Amino acid sequence: MQRNRVTFVASAVLVVGTALSIVTLHKIDEVREGSALREVLWIPSAQTVKRMSLGYDGLLADIYWTRAVQYFGGHHHAHSTDYQLLKPLLETTTTLDPHLIPAYEFGSIFLAQNPPEGAGDPTAAADLVKKGIRENPEAWRLWYHLGFIQWQELRNPSLASQSFLEGSKVPGALPWMRVMAAALAQNAGNAETARYLWMNIYQSTEDKMIRENALKRLAALKSDEVVQKLQNLIDQYQQQQGHYPSSFQELISVGWIRRVPLDPLGYPYQIQNGRVVVARPAELPFITKGLPEGSQASNMPRNPSN
Amino acid sequence: MRNRIRAIAFNTFREAVRDRVLYNLVVFALLIVGSSLIFGQISIGVERLVLVNLGMTAISLFGIVIAIFIGIGLVSKEIEKKTLYTVLARPVHRWEFIVGKFGGLVGTLTVNAGFMAIGFFAALLYLTHRFEPADGYLLVALYFIVLEFVLITALALLFSTFSTPLMSAVFAFSLFVIGTFAEDLRGFASMSTGVTKIAMETVSRLVPNFAAFNVISQVAHSQAVPGRLIFYNTIYAIVYAAVCLAASVLIFERRDLK
Repeated sequence: MQRNRVTFVASAVLVVGTALSIVTLHKIDEVREGSALREVLWIPSAQTVKRMSLGYDGLLADIYWTRAVQYFGGHHHAHSTDYQLLKPLLETTTTLDPHLIPAYEFGSIFLAQNPPEGAGDPTAAADLVKKGIRENPEAWRLWYHLGFIQWQELRNPSLASQSFLEGSKVPGALPWMRVMAAALAQNAGNAETARYLWMNIYQSTEDKMIRENALKRLAALKSDEVVQKLQNLIDQYQQQQGHYPSSFQELISVGWIRRVPLDPLGYPYQIQNGRVVVARPAELPFITKGLPEGSQASNMPRNPSN
Repeated sequence: MRNRIRAIAFNTFREAVRDRVLYNLVVFALLIVGSSLIFGQISIGVERLVLVNLGMTAISLFGIVIAIFIGIGLVSKEIEKKTLYTVLARPVHRWEFIVGKFGGLVGTLTVNAGFMAIGFFAALLYLTHRFEPADGYLLVALYFIVLEFVLITALALLFSTFSTPLMSAVFAFSLFVIGTFAEDLRGFASMSTGVTKIAMETVSRLVPNFAAFNVISQVAHSQAVPGRLIFYNTIYAIVYAAVCLAASVLIFERRDLK
């Protein structure tokens, strides 16, 4: 009887005490205004982390990579513009495990995208991929990433063309790498080249995320093309009528178009102050034309095929 | 002679099992299943890598911790409990006692690692749905981990013959840490001159080179392990363990047990 009572009291104290300590800790964090949760790179030197891993550097690399993904995801979700720790986290990850290809592929995407989509540091992204190429000369996809960053982010099509060409020489590289090199050398990256690239990526991968991304890119290219055509019509209308149309109905009434045009998502385009805009820009993340005032063009993840 | 060593080894194994050493298998299973589920959700593109790295690291670390904490008590516990006297009162040589204890603990660790390996490969099959030829390299990493156990057990046993359990644990763990830096020590030696160079060179050659046994990261990326490395690591582990056992026997033979 006595023993049962002791067991009951001790169990109750254990449960209540644990709950209370968690609540108290939460209050302490509030009082300290997040200082306890501040993001810190405890050991800034990647080489030191490698030394301290006692040989278990592979597991530590996985942990650092997961930390980088979580860091990026958390900041991206919070629409933050501060990605200060992203570069050192990726540096530590790839020093711990130089063969961790996803860290180069996705890490460079995280680094290259403009804030709030990423760190907005395409030079660091290119450096990361170059490190990956040095450590993994057989990984042709890294040449693709380098070429993409040089073309889309650093706006250097000739350098990008060289990268695609170098990548095409790696055994196992898909033939369209060579086509991309030629297209970039000739056209310096027009919409047709981009469409060719994304179509190839879509067709040559089974990765769901990559396919969805390629579809979004293709939709954005299509939308940009349509918006440009509609804008030309509106400008022409303004020149003839002396004012911009307030809606597409006016273009229909003069017989220039048959119906209200729809964007790739099926929503009708709109006219705002003489500009063609898409109805839901957030759902077409890669468009560069038709953005309502105050919106910004963004670059979201893309990835080559396997 | 063989029967006596076998009997001591078997008893050491039985004692370890009775000490609930194999309970770590439950923790290992939870770790593998949990990590596979969690990392798949919160990371990108490293599910298999995490499973391999975590599985192999856990097999290695669990084994090393068991080797140290059981190894340090192999002799001192027998003296403390006075059970050593009943053993040595029988026609058992002191060296047979040392070799038997060593064999028993290495056997325990090998069985333990074997069970973990079965769990690990089952998890790998569940994740990847099929085995590939490159998965064979994982067996090499496992073999190297067992060789590590041989080394660390021999070291822990050596310290156990002349020191207290606490100090033996400190010595064994320190040597394990220093051993993982053996290649760096050689690097420092090459940068030094004179007496420092000789001292560093000597130390780097004497401490166990654990770095050579760690190929986990390599096999996780399906990279081959050279056959020569397997051969030389095997020779090195056998020779180094033999040296430690010889030193243990020398100390234990001269030890006054009264």
